[in-house]
Amino acid sequence: MEYAISVKNLTKKFGNFTAVDNLSFNIPKGKIFGFLGPNGSGKSTTIRMICGVITPTSGSGKVLGYDLIKEAEKIKQNIGYMSQKFSLYEDLTVEENLDFYGSIYQIHKRDLELRKKELIEMAGLKGKENSLAGTLSGGWKQRLALGCALIHRPKLLVLDEPTAGVDPVSRREFWHLVSRLVKEGITALVTTHYMDEASICDIIGFIYNSKLITIDTPENLYKTHGTENLEDIFIKYVKELSNKDVVSSFKEIKASRNGDEKNEF
Amino acid sequence: MNFKRMLTITKKEFIHLKRDKASLAIAFIMPIMMLILFGFAVTSDVKNVKLVVFDGDKTKESRALIEKFANSNYFQVSDIVNNYDKVEEYIDKGDAKVGLTIPDGFARDVRRKEAPKVQILVDGSDPAIARTAAAYSMIIANNFSLTISGIKSSQPFKLGLIDARARVLYNPMLESAKFNVPGIIGLILQNITVILTAFAMVREKERGTIEQLIMTPVTSLELILGKLIPYVLIGFVDFLFVLALGYLIFDVVVRGSLILLIFFGLVFLISALAMGMLISTIAKTQLQAMQAAFAILLPSILLSGFIFPRESMPKIIYYIGNLFPITYFLEILRGIILKGIGIDLLYKNMLSLFTLTFIIVLITMHKFKKTLD
Ligand SMILES: Nc1ncnc2c1ncn2[C@@H]1O[C@H](COP(=O)(O)OP(=O)(O)OP(=O)(O)O)[C@@H](O)[C@H]1O
Ligand SMILES: [Mg+2]
Repeated sequence: MEYAISVKNLTKKFGNFTAVDNLSFNIPKGKIFGFLGPNGSGKSTTIRMICGVITPTSGSGKVLGYDLIKEAEKIKQNIGYMSQKFSLYEDLTVEENLDFYGSIYQIHKRDLELRKKELIEMAGLKGKENSLAGTLSGGWKQRLALGCALIHRPKLLVLDEPTAGVDPVSRREFWHLVSRLVKEGITALVTTHYMDEASICDIIGFIYNSKLITIDTPENLYKTHGTENLEDIFIKYVKELSNKDVVSSFKEIKASRNGDEKNEF
Repeated sequence: MNFKRMLTITKKEFIHLKRDKASLAIAFIMPIMMLILFGFAVTSDVKNVKLVVFDGDKTKESRALIEKFANSNYFQVSDIVNNYDKVEEYIDKGDAKVGLTIPDGFARDVRRKEAPKVQILVDGSDPAIARTAAAYSMIIANNFSLTISGIKSSQPFKLGLIDARARVLYNPMLESAKFNVPGIIGLILQNITVILTAFAMVREKERGTIEQLIMTPVTSLELILGKLIPYVLIGFVDFLFVLALGYLIFDVVVRGSLILLIFFGLVFLISALAMGMLISTIAKTQLQAMQAAFAILLPSILLSGFIFPRESMPKIIYYIGNLFPITYFLEILRGIILKGIGIDLLYKNMLSLFTLTFIIVLITMHKFKKTLD
């Protein structure tokens, strides 16, 4: 089987600190891979290595058939990346942002015009071509950022917390778009802290303290843990691994605050 | 290194510039402001300085000398007193800044073609005024002895004005604007490019757009060069623009080779761009970049010899001044613009400028490589 991402013993150290510790996994093409883990567990660092931006301290890997270390340039040319910051140029218009990334990826002019039209349509940005990106609301910005990430028809889409700070409706619309792209053959690597989003993924990897704890399909995870609630599974892992009662559930938190008082409403 | 990607960055940078009022103002209004500000306001020229006169000779010649002072724009005769003590009293009180005492026998000395003795008393509490007022007095008196007697008397007054002598040589009317303009050109070139480039990269960092850029095939070299091109152009346009304004407003003509001047301008531009880039790689926010820029620009203005003559600085301060490329560039600018000299006399400054530029570029490249991984 041909994998979109395949890494072996991937490790990154910053000085004495190990940010990513001996990661190995394979992601088949055309799947959505959800990468979960608490803050600071090493998700973004792993992504940077996969995208060929930082060199692993040790380990190896292939992305879209290209070597992580030797063919970083080819990898970059074939992935689309988007982060929670929606790194758009706010003082450039919608069209100028698309133009900029289009010509960074060296798309031919005629091709670019067509692609821009498609993406503006897809992102629902019609009529906003000449608005400054900074004046768009969160959901629009997010979709424009996705458009910029897709301008060069990447085969792998890397989304690092793409829906942070976006309202529930925009979140669903966004995932709708991603699902459609995957159906068309793209592979997606997504990190998220929303468990409902994680449940959409085909494969879920859980990273804790720089180490990959588990990687499996959501269905298998449900079976193993006897619950269909990914959030509970997530918390369970953290509890087990950190050896302490992390936090009580939201219900318990509320109950403890209200105490014996009767709820007035 | 892909040329098209580099130019894409350049094009984007121009759009940023076009939309950013602050950067535009720094690029095109600041040069004019600085030129006018430093040219007119920060002037050590003296105009209408109050002069008190004691004429102990009371002859046609002594009156002619007083007339000379009065008719110059530099002095304004506030009073004529009848003894020497009064002159001192006026200066002590601050009613006059300069006292002119013409002793008995002045006309006789002039006629005998002996160096006439005149005393000039200057209020030293404001050294800038004192120095220039003394120098002006010297020139006026010099001119006077020339017209009266035809003697090319060179030193009728012993004032010990080493700096003034040098200035008189190349800048006969002692207009400090003329002396300042070459320096201002250097400052403008430095400040604008350092500030603008410092901001250029930090902006991407602060807004997080660099995160996106590093995921694209753009290389750091393409990014740096692409970003620098607009500022090279702006720096160069400003350089020529200020040179032209200096001519139109202050009548400053380039006496030496314009080609040579432009060549050194480009070398200096590289060092300024590298300094800006260095700040950009170290600073994390625009505020930090601004502070760092001022931490470099302020001492460079004070220590380069732009305002204070470097010769009279304490040794340690003098050596610190040696660390700024602008110190050498100022010498080169003044040399080429005011004195019209060429490489044969400028080679020491040229070597220093090259060496410093080279070191700064090396440090910047080293730092930039480190921050990427
Ligand atoms: N360039 C760096 N130098 C030093 N430490 C770093 C560097 N980049 C990341 N780290 C550290 O590595 C650890 C993992 O960071 P990373 O950004 O990969 O976490 P993350 O899982 O993406 O977290 P989050 O959910 O908050 O985005 C953190 O402790 C971070 O401080
Ligand atoms: Mg992260």
